[in-house]
Amino acid sequence: MTVGLQHYVVLSAILFSIGLYGTLGRRNAIVVLMGIELMLNAANISLVAFSRYLTPPALTGQVFALFVIVVAAAEAAVALAIIMTIYRNRRTIEVDKIDLMKW
Amino acid sequence: MPYQLAWFIWTLPVFAFLAITLVLRPFFNHRPHWSAYATITAIGAAFVLSIWALITVLQSPDHLLAVPRIEWAVIDGFTIHLGLLVDSLTAIMLVVVTGVSLLVQIYSQGYMHGDPGYPRYFAWMALFTANMLGLVMADSLLFMYVFWEGVGLCSYLLIGFWFHKKSAADAAKKAFLVTRLGDFGFLAGILTLYFSQNTFDIEALRTAAAAGAIAGTTLTLAAIGIFAGAAGKSAQFPLHTWLPDAMEGPTPVSSLIHAATMVAAGVFLVARMFPVFAYSETALNVVAGIGAFTAIFAASMGLVANDIKRVMAYSTISQLGYMMLALGAGGLAAYASGGSLPIEEAISLGVAVGMFHLFNHAFFKCLLFLGCGSVNHATGTFDMRYMGGLRKYMPFTTLTFVIASLSLAGIWPLSGFWSKDEILVTSWNYIPVWFYVALVTVFMTAFYCFRAVFLTFSGEYRGGEPGAHVAAHSTPGHEQSHMPHESPRVMLVPMGVLAVLSIVSGWINLSGGFSSFLGHSAESEGGWLQTLFGVFTHPLPFISLATAAAGIFLAFAMYNRKWVSATAVGRAFSPIYKVLYNKYWMDELYQGILVKSFLLNGLFRGAQEMDADVVDGVANGIGNTVVGFGKGMRRMETGQLQGYAVAIAVGLVAIMLGLYFWT
Repeated sequence: MTVGLQHYVVLSAILFSIGLYGTLGRRNAIVVLMGIELMLNAANISLVAFSRYLTPPALTGQVFALFVIVVAAAEAAVALAIIMTIYRNRRTIEVDKIDLMKW
Repeated sequence: MPYQLAWFIWTLPVFAFLAITLVLRPFFNHRPHWSAYATITAIGAAFVLSIWALITVLQSPDHLLAVPRIEWAVIDGFTIHLGLLVDSLTAIMLVVVTGVSLLVQIYSQGYMHGDPGYPRYFAWMALFTANMLGLVMADSLLFMYVFWEGVGLCSYLLIGFWFHKKSAADAAKKAFLVTRLGDFGFLAGILTLYFSQNTFDIEALRTAAAAGAIAGTTLTLAAIGIFAGAAGKSAQFPLHTWLPDAMEGPTPVSSLIHAATMVAAGVFLVARMFPVFAYSETALNVVAGIGAFTAIFAASMGLVANDIKRVMAYSTISQLGYMMLALGAGGLAAYASGGSLPIEEAISLGVAVGMFHLFNHAFFKCLLFLGCGSVNHATGTFDMRYMGGLRKYMPFTTLTFVIASLSLAGIWPLSGFWSKDEILVTSWNYIPVWFYVALVTVFMTAFYCFRAVFLTFSGEYRGGEPGAHVAAHSTPGHEQSHMPHESPRVMLVPMGVLAVLSIVSGWINLSGGFSSFLGHSAESEGGWLQTLFGVFTHPLPFISLATAAAGIFLAFAMYNRKWVSATAVGRAFSPIYKVLYNKYWMDELYQGILVKSFLLNGLFRGAQEMDADVVDGVANGIGNTVVGFGKGMRRMETGQLQGYAVAIAVGLVAIMLGLYFWT
């Protein structure tokens, strides 16, 4: 079995769907954050795969993926800090309990 | 001397006003007399300049002092000029206004002595005079209108000078509003003329009217509009109610308002714009009719007033009616004579007769008011029922007051006789209906005038009750002695000057000098002395003199000798007395019916309901709809983070599916 573009795209779709489920369906803020990371990485796989198979000599997709990784790292740092602070204040990280910003 | 000096005539009092308000009042309030000196100096200088202007105008061949105009503002081809028009009419008014004002200011030093508002009083008096001078000198209706309103403003300020007294504040408001009503007509008249001729220039408008460029209904409407303004300021019939109430102001103010400024402005305006009137017979009939009616109407109310100042106020209204009658009758001469007298002649006749009475009236009416002030200064009241016998205590005031009254009643050879006689002759010649009205008014005038004289000065002193008026005038350092005493010399000197003028001012026109100066060349009846006595070769003077004498005699019989009891007469004619005493219920009519029923309960309430229900309803309705919508919409903001994320995901999928299927 030769691994082709199709496999990578399907892997990316599966990972993205898992990430989406984690983000929308779980209550723990850490798990939500992990879901977001999964979705970002699913996007990274797509970027690298398309770049490798469709425009071989150029490295645009790879470079773009590097940027996404950097942003994701920064985002994770900020998000974890926010979660820490919320936990200290409210003794919970259940996202459906954190609903102060409503009408 | 250069023409620029003419500008100083009205700007000097403005400078005095500024000096008092900006420097003297804030920094030298402990020296109130300085402000009096500032005003007197400025008006004195203006008086000297006015004399100069009069002489210049007299000497110039076309009776005009040429003053180049200044461009003030140009807006898109529409230019507003500032300019002075100093012709014979203006020159006479300048001398009268500055002269009378000067005397009144000097007198005021005594009358207002010790009043806490002393500097304020002189500041406003200066501004008042300045506005009046500007009004008579303005060469365009627009420029004149500015001063016209300025006069109205200053009269408001001065009538309400003792504003802490409710009646004074009310009177000031009333004067302002009622004259404002007339001013609306004036403005409409100005605009009518402007849209017809595209100019505000008085000289151009006069020429246009004479050339027939404005004619028909436009001319009549413009003339009646202008007359409405004049009627407001000159207190003619429907708009007269403010003037008697204006007596709440300090007496020198009343004197100035009723002699030379405010009320003269109306007559002056009609005289100034007279060509506009003269070519419309309707307008002339309105002027003459309202004038004659006002004359008798006001005189009849003067018959029963108990307040000496109110008697004089009604007398002023009545005499202003005479002036309007003179103008109207003179203008009608052209129509009544069936074309044998050209309209230009009729114009100058009307202006000459009307202005002559204005000229004479300024002096004796000013004197009468100063006399009232002097009496008030001594007794602390204006109510004649509490005066009496002042002849013994105030001989000089008595003498001057009697002279002025004789002049007002029209007794030969005092000034009032000459001008009143001319008015009677003019109306006899051209509109005989109003002649009889005017003659009855002569009788009434003589009667109420001497009723005031006898009640005030003859008999026994009745105590000068310390009533409402005293409270208003009780000033520190002016203790009320038991017996009245003569006023200080600073008040008596102006009265003396005016008394002399009240006698002689009429003699100016004996050989027709005054009339010909105003463009009316009367047929000369010989020299000066010859006319002084020769006037009795005509029957009319006898009639008017006899009528006036009868009026004086009746007053003498009722109030001096008491052959006829005044109360008995009052009871005999009680319905008439009641009507007159209540001033024909004109105030009640205006206040109750016009203001309360029509305006407050009708128009204003309707407008209020319209505002509250319709306008507010729309505004509130829109607001409430938006608020309700927002209330519903905010339920969507649950604060559930994952809810938002679902919305984003579903939205993205929807967009993607959309793009997939529709492209």
